[in-house]
Parts: sequence; C-alpha cells; structure tokens
Amino acid sequence: MTAAIEVENLRCEFRVHTGLMSAEKRVVAVDDVTFSVPAGSVLGIVGESGCGKSTLARLILGLLKPTAGTVLVDGKRLFDLDRKARARLIQPVFQDPFASLNPRRRIKDIVALPLAAQGTFSRGEIERRVGGILERVGLSAAMGERMPAQLSGGQRQRAAIARALVLEPRIVICDEPTSALDVSVQAQILNLLADLRRDLGLTYLFISHNLAVVEHVASEVAVMYLGRFVERNETDALFRKPRHPYTQALLESVLTPEPGKGVPDIGLGDAMPDPSNIPPGCRFNPRCRIAVERCRHEAPMPMARPPRGMVECHLA
Amino acid sequence: MSALLDVEELQVTFGRTAAVRGASFRVERGETHCLVGESGCGKSVTALAVMSLLARGGQRSAKKMSFAGTDLLSLSDREMARLRGNRMAMIFQEPMTSLNPAFTIGSQMAEVMTRHKGGSRAAALDRAAELMGRVGITAPGMRLGQFPHQLSGGLRQRVMIAMALMCDPELLIADEPTTALDVTVQAQILRLLAGLKRELGLSILLITHDLGIVARVADHVSVMYAGEVVERAPTAELFRAPQHPYTRGLLSCVPVPGRVQRDRPLGSIPGVVPAIGPGFAGCAFRSRCAHADETCARAIPRRRAGDAHDYLCRLEPDWAELQPA
Repeated sequence: MTAAIEVENLRCEFRVHTGLMSAEKRVVAVDDVTFSVPAGSVLGIVGESGCGKSTLARLILGLLKPTAGTVLVDGKRLFDLDRKARARLIQPVFQDPFASLNPRRRIKDIVALPLAAQGTFSRGEIERRVGGILERVGLSAAMGERMPAQLSGGQRQRAAIARALVLEPRIVICDEPTSALDVSVQAQILNLLADLRRDLGLTYLFISHNLAVVEHVASEVAVMYLGRFVERNETDALFRKPRHPYTQALLESVLTPEPGKGVPDIGLGDAMPDPSNIPPGCRFNPRCRIAVERCRHEAPMPMARPPRGMVECHLA
Repeated sequence: MSALLDVEELQVTFGRTAAVRGASFRVERGETHCLVGESGCGKSVTALAVMSLLARGGQRSAKKMSFAGTDLLSLSDREMARLRGNRMAMIFQEPMTSLNPAFTIGSQMAEVMTRHKGGSRAAALDRAAELMGRVGITAPGMRLGQFPHQLSGGLRQRVMIAMALMCDPELLIADEPTTALDVTVQAQILRLLAGLKRELGLSILLITHDLGIVARVADHVSVMYAGEVVERAPTAELFRAPQHPYTRGLLSCVPVPGRVQRDRPLGSIPGVVPAIGPGFAGCAFRSRCAHADETCARAIPRRRAGDAHDYLCRLEPDWAELQPA
C-alpha cells in the first residue's frame, strides 16, 4: 500500500530574539521526525501547547520550509509542485473557523474560491460542485448565501470543511478542528469527518490536545514532546498499554465523566517544557517521575514496540 | 444552615435579549457548585451578575440574591466594591487578559490587600509570597518581581488564584479557569482548587462546559441551557440518573477514553440553540428534543427526582426506562 504522507528526518528550526540586546536563540520546533501515514488511515498527533504539532502540520502542508529532511505527499515532493497542484492534493482545516473564513464574503463564494483559483473550471461547474459539497457537509443552499458571522460555530466549521474538500483532495490536515466548539457540536463535526473519510477515502492527519477525541477518530496515534515523537502506535495498543511515562501522564490527566474519582495527581511537576532550552539527555527527564541517572545525559533512541509502534525511553 | 450564596429567579437582559431567564441555585458553605452548559447558555453572565460586573446595558433582577446573609440586590456600588475581591473573588479563563501587563506580579497582588484591608505594602508582599507558595509556585520572591508575560499559562493562573485568596474570601467564583490550559496543567490547577476548598473551607462556584471537570470536582451541579437552569442535582446522582433530555444528550456527546467504539458515531444533539426573544414561552430545548410534543410550547413544570434533584421538563422521572432509546 502506498503511503499518503511520508516524512523522513524532518527538522525545523526558528531563530528568535527574546529581547533587544539578547543573543539570538534557536528554537527547534520539530526535531528529526520520521513517520508515514498509509492512504485511507488517520494519524492522530497529541501533545501539549508548544510541542511542535502545529509546526509539523505547516511543514506537511508546504507552508513552511523544513531546515532538513523530506516530506512526500502522495509520493511527491511538495516543493516540486506549484500551488495549484498542491491545493488539489492536500488541504487544511484549522481550529477557529471564524479566523479562517473571510468575514466579508458569502459562504458559497468562500467555498468556491479554491475552484476559481485553479482557473480551469467553468462557472456552471463551480456552482455545481459548491452546491454538492455544501449539501454533503450538511449546509443548505440558503446557508451558502449567508456571511460567516451569520453562522454558528459548528456551521462555520462545516463551511471550512466544505472549502477544504471542494477540490477533492486526497489528504486533509485537521489542526484542532473541534477545539473551539461545544461538545454537542464537536460530536456532530467528528461524526461528519468520520463519514467523509469513509465515503471519500480520505487520509487525515488529526492534531488535537484532546486525547479522547483522538482515540475516537485515529487509527494510529503519535505523542509529541518538545519536537519529537516520543511514542507512536496503533490507537488501541497505545491507549491500552501506554509505554512512555509522558503518554501515561497525558492519559491520566484526562478527566473522564466519572464522579467520585477526584482529580488525579499526575506527578509531572512544575518544570514546563521550553523549546528554546531543551534539556540534555532525554528531553522529558526534568518532568519524569521515574527518571534515572542515565536519562539525564543520554538521549534515548527510538525502539520498536508491538504491534507497529515505537517508543523513545530507556525504561519503557 | 443557610447557603453561602442563594440565588432565586435571576433574570439578566441585554436590551431585548434575555441572557438569563429565571436561574435559581445555591452554593453551600465549603462546597464546589458547578454551573455547566454550552456557550451562550448564560453561565458566565450569571456569575457576572452575582459579582455585579455586568457589561453596560446589562439589567439584572432577582427574587433573591443573598451572600452570607447580605442582600446583594440592595447594596450600593461602593458597598459591592468593598465586597468584591475581598469576601468574594473571581478568576477568569484567560489569566493574561486579567493581569495588567505593565505592572509586576507583586505590585498587582499587594494592591488587592492594601486596598481592602489597608496595612503596609511590605506586609502585603509578605502575604503574597506566602500565598504563592501555597498555590505551588516555587521561588515566590523572584516571581513577585516579574511581569505577567514572563510566566507560563499555568503559572499565571496560579498567580490569579493566589491573588484571589489575598483577602481570605469565603466564595471563589472561577469562570472556566482551566479552559486555556493543557490537560496536564489543568489537572494540577483543579487539584490545587480542591485542596484549597478542603483546607481553607473555601466555597467555589465553578463555571465550565466540561462534564469531565464537573464529575471530578463538583459537589452539586446546575445544568444551564438557554438562560435557564434545566436540571439541578448532587454530582453523583446527575451522572447516574440524568433526567433532562439535554443533560442526557450532553453526556452522550462526550467521548470517554478506553470506552471508544470507533466504528460507531458519537452521540450528538442535532440543531443549534434557538434565539430567545421577548415573549418566548415553553421549553427552549424543544426544537432539538426527540421527546418534544405540543405541550412543550406551554409552561414547563419543575419536577422532583430526588432530595436535591429537580429538572425542568414535561417528562416524569426515569421516563427513559419506559421506552427504548
């Protein structure tokens, strides 16, 4: 089976100035990440804010140039493609549909824009396709005539999904697509994304900080910490038997609706991860509750774990 | 014993829009009471109305609104200002917007104390340092001299909590205090709040949209929908035997880790919250409810399902056992 996304030794650095006189700092947002996503599957990526998950999304979308490494989407190097070809292949859905939809245009014009930008579709064809995709995501033709501000959050996210799918891409990068929505609406959008994937044979890269959501949609999950994948495995295996202490802490910190259980003590301490100051050895060691001497000076290498995963920890 | 905060039939309007329509709830001493609901249900406006902090144009009225025996409705602005930040304190979702970026943490914390209780700035700074230690901030001395942007989101929220505790309040109102934080930090902050409640005897009114948080920290819950409290219950009972169709719908929407059936769709509530204009009558949930009939457009009874458990619906308690879902 061909891989929809293939990423090899991907690295992305930013140079930042923290003050007027201070020296330039290097922030390694994505640090030597390798993975592939089989066509038709969903890779979920979880991690705290600042772990590099959105930078990874931008690298795969071709919105950022990597410092090193390669990204193949559907077997092609994105930087060899022009913008129009790239848009037909891969599309994003972002967190805040209000920020990603032009407030001065009608919904149907927003959804039509990717088609118009291709320059190869007739007006009738554009109208037909926009009507079709709006109906597919559950928006009526009347909704298409409205402005974004006249829609609810869930309807706006449906419009954003329609815009992403109107060119019939193979791959969709979902970056926190339901984080700004209420739970009842979140469930509607997750169910819609699942239906679309099944019916259209799409591949998703699904980024979220909500582990329960990721478990629901992903076939495989990667846990990201300070720019690296510290654990990756099939969803069931990862949730049933998390191996990395960070994955374990993340899972424990999910507050399930079970009264009487109280709030768990996840024992991560106060040392917040800082991507401009990555600790030597294992990058998780200052927060790790089982770290030993070795973890403080030797970085762990990825080790294979059944059924088809990996973990980066000396002790897992 | 009387409740610390007792609100009956609270109404809040902004012009022609009714934001809160007859909300009643009580926060007992030493307990955590959760107001839970989705965006626009009126939960934040309810808290602001209690604090007398409604935005311009907001009108509140109530049958009763008392705090520790004081009638909040009859207080002047001056008297309310003396209470606020002193005996009742509030923390918000985004700590960066509630801290002044131009002043150090120390001076902002000390101001709360010197303003309400008088005393020297040095004494206030001592108290600030002590409370920062209490909320789990290491090296408080250094933090007092820092500016808000130099702290992480979790630290800023701890500072906000410490600041709220400066005058030893009886009631802490927390409006989505962990929504902007990572799950790991969220767990730490909620543990901290639970510890403060236990050790200081603090009462907490916690506003959240997250049923996971409700389950883990609340003693009592009020579920809000379209400006009304549609169900009230002790926490365990609400999750064991929810009665209102909206509460049941909300619970079915939450994906629970470890119990995921990936091939099946999540439960969801169809439709959207209706706009409530003047003259609206009946159940606001009826347009989204699978059990609605023509009687739902009329006045809805408040039904009793247990000692401290009631809900607003035409259906009798445990109606769902009678018919397959």
